[in-house]
Amino acid sequence: MSVYAPQLETGSPPTSKRGRRSSPWTWRWRDRLVLACAWTAGLGLCAIAAAIVLYMGYRGIEYLRPGLLFTRPAIGQSQSQTGGILDPLIGTALLTLIGIALAFPLAVSCAVWIAEYGRPSWLARVVESTIEIVAGTPDIVLALFGLSIFQLGVFAPLSFRAEGGGVYGRSFIAAGAMMSLIALPPLFAATRDGLQAVPEHMREAAFALGKTRIATIRRVLLPSVRSNIATGVTLGVSRIIGDTAIVLLLLGETLHIETQGPVPIVNLLRGTGSTLTSYVYDNSPAGEGAAPQKAYAAAFVLLVLVLGLNLLVDRIGRSRDRATGLSGVGGVA
Amino acid sequence: MSPDELLLMDDPFTTEDPETAHRVRTAFGSQAARNERGHEDGAPRAYELDGARPHEAAGVQEVPPVRTIVLDRPPIPIAPPVRERNPLREPAVPTAGPERLRVSDLSIAYDGVPAVKSVSLSIHQGEVLALIGPSGCGKTTLLRTLNRLTELTPSAVRGGRVLLDGEDIHELVDTTLRTRVAMVFQQPNPFPMSIFDNVAFALREQSRKRPRRRELEPLVIDALRRAGLYEEVSGDLDRPALRLSGGQQQRLCIARAIAPRPEVLLMDEPCSALDPISTGVIEELIGELRRELAVVIVTHNLAQARRVADKVAFMYLGDLIEYGTADEVFSQPRAPRTRDYVQGTFG
Repeated sequence: MSVYAPQLETGSPPTSKRGRRSSPWTWRWRDRLVLACAWTAGLGLCAIAAAIVLYMGYRGIEYLRPGLLFTRPAIGQSQSQTGGILDPLIGTALLTLIGIALAFPLAVSCAVWIAEYGRPSWLARVVESTIEIVAGTPDIVLALFGLSIFQLGVFAPLSFRAEGGGVYGRSFIAAGAMMSLIALPPLFAATRDGLQAVPEHMREAAFALGKTRIATIRRVLLPSVRSNIATGVTLGVSRIIGDTAIVLLLLGETLHIETQGPVPIVNLLRGTGSTLTSYVYDNSPAGEGAAPQKAYAAAFVLLVLVLGLNLLVDRIGRSRDRATGLSGVGGVA
Repeated sequence: MSPDELLLMDDPFTTEDPETAHRVRTAFGSQAARNERGHEDGAPRAYELDGARPHEAAGVQEVPPVRTIVLDRPPIPIAPPVRERNPLREPAVPTAGPERLRVSDLSIAYDGVPAVKSVSLSIHQGEVLALIGPSGCGKTTLLRTLNRLTELTPSAVRGGRVLLDGEDIHELVDTTLRTRVAMVFQQPNPFPMSIFDNVAFALREQSRKRPRRRELEPLVIDALRRAGLYEEVSGDLDRPALRLSGGQQQRLCIARAIAPRPEVLLMDEPCSALDPISTGVIEELIGELRRELAVVIVTHNLAQARRVADKVAFMYLGDLIEYGTADEVFSQPRAPRTRDYVQGTFG
């Protein structure tokens, strides 16, 4: 066919992906040294992470039996008598559920207020730094604070009560309430950042269609930051799963999940129990040390859970990029 | 100029007004050229690419001549542009319809700095009013006041009145007003939902009872059809809207805006982020839409104003300098400033 363009010599067809670039060997020695350090640091961190996962995998799989996950722990003299990790697994799941259920509405509504209203601005600043303070508080401090709160007589119905009527302030609800403070900052930050990244023209588009601010938030903004919220929830979950201090102080660290009172569900919330982290602590050679092998197995399960959650965060982030069409086909012509 | 030998620019002027574009171009010593669609490229030579392949590799089909923009042509100096009006877009309604909007003595100031100074205009059904002028002249502010979007800026202060069918728009509930005076923005901004939901969102009243899809479907399809998009997307209305091309996205935004049957459609530079072909489609659509409603369009593109507008308002530094039919303003401008602007002497 005809070409309406001046004929030029045609070069060879493209063969390599990239053209010539300046080589580090021609750089100043200082720059080369920094580059070498950066490489070493990166590879070193990879090696440390790989060592942790491989060692825990090696020790964990060695003692991990399918039955272990479905047997309740028991008191015994030898490792063959101490049962499995069913109760800590359920404890972890229950505590996570409570923590997220409490943190979710708080964090999301806080983030919506900060990102969409944020007035008066001094109050918004105060709220934001408060959440940062909560994020920076060591979990053992939170746990101690929670203990002093839930030991008050007013909160007695919320927690485990000893035979004599003494309030110990230990229960799933007490631990879950403090765990929600652990999960709140990442969930809040993820939602707020998501909302702040929604371009202004999206809001204007909704307003221009005669929508109120509330309708815009509900129907446009929150759905479009769904994946940010999911990322935040996943980060919060992995924070809760990994926390030990609150479990030790507020959940009672009991071998089994103990219920309190006659009402179903409520008795579970008022009851005590343990999680994988406290199980690992109790059974490790550093703790009472009855079953170090099971500690390794439980630690491996914990590690797999957290790694799985990290993978999930990554996945959600990627699907977000796809959904917004940033790396997809189409876009502005 | 720096001693660089080659400067690569990726669509640097698409969202700029002519004045800025002209300044940048002259800064690089380039002469301005107008291509056949009135886009100023400043380029004496151009190559057309088709997909990833250069033109010559396009293969079997002959590239339609309309897509060949300017090829190896000497630079054209900016000249008084020839009047080019699409015969398809001759007045749909020979006499303009009833008055829809009346702007009387409207002033807007941001933080005490006036952006619009006592402007009075009237906008009729069945006609397209183009607001033209260099950037910062207040035309977008004026447009955004017509559906009270300026109120979202806390520092904006207003004087004067805008009447919609005789009612003061500031007496109306803002959400009601905005369904009657719809708006399309510069950047196509569909919501990250399906095509169907984008249009349906505009139709759903804020109420407890959400209408079912079956009830909304005919209305959504009608809106897509009026926006000239239905044929292209009818296969899968549940496709994410962000997968559409830029031009299709903008038509989806138009569909969304006209779905609740507004009386006035405001358009803020609706084509400046689009390529010439999509622009052509949208301009054709504007010609169709003015049969049923009044259109107000802000544009930097004088050739576009000439192609689509029945009435033209020229603004400069917040003042309305000239207002008249497109013919008058472009052929016999009364104010010297208007003449300079439409002939390209400044801006």
